[in-house]
Amino acid sequence: MHADKVLDAKGLACPMPIVKTKKAMDDIASGEVLEVQTTDSGAKSDLTAWAKAGGHELRADTEENGVYTFWIRKK
Amino acid sequence: MEKKKTTIVLFSGEYDKAMAAYIIANGAAAYDHEVTIFHTFWGLNALRKDAQVPVKKTFMEKMFGKMMPRGADKMGLSKMNFAGMGPKMIKQVMKKHNAMPLPDLIEMAQEQGVNLVSCTMTMDLLGLQKEELLDDIEYAGVAAYLGEASEGNVNLFI
Repeated sequence: MHADKVLDAKGLACPMPIVKTKKAMDDIASGEVLEVQTTDSGAKSDLTAWAKAGGHELRADTEENGVYTFWIRKK
Repeated sequence: MEKKKTTIVLFSGEYDKAMAAYIIANGAAAYDHEVTIFHTFWGLNALRKDAQVPVKKTFMEKMFGKMMPRGADKMGLSKMNFAGMGPKMIKQVMKKHNAMPLPDLIEMAQEQGVNLVSCTMTMDLLGLQKEELLDDIEYAGVAAYLGEASEGNVNLFI
């Protein structure tokens, strides 16, 4: 899937994936897509809730070999 | 849109409890909340500089200063402290799991614009002075806390 920016948050523990995601989102424009890669198994719940609260769209997510990848479209 | 607010009262002076407070604070800041942590009683020790700062103190204040942890990294655990072995063990485990140490969480909170507030009344009781605490923090009392908390969407006492 297309992404305007990729954030590698693999290996980071709570709360860093969400803190880094917020920072990365601040750097992209409205309508652009951020790809977040993380190994935190709580990330699905965390990023889903975080995107919803900010009005962003979680377009897709996958899990492969313990790496969770998310695509979030900025509001 | 007006920003949501999170306030946390950090009363406890243990590493694990302070860590929970600072993880929530950092998370809330990432949620774009306006975040304030009020440090009172033992929670003030999280704000202490780890270096000894020469200030004038009474005998009692000196004793308090010596008995309390000088800074976040020196705090004990609320459970399984084992006379100081507990914190060493948990820090090892944290390293393995890439969890951020408390001093880093505090720095990150400041970077994210979290308001760190020190309760002046308990500073007086414990004999802590501004020079001994981190730079760029605020000083206030219960009214300032209530002002923030009454607009708070998330208010915690830890």
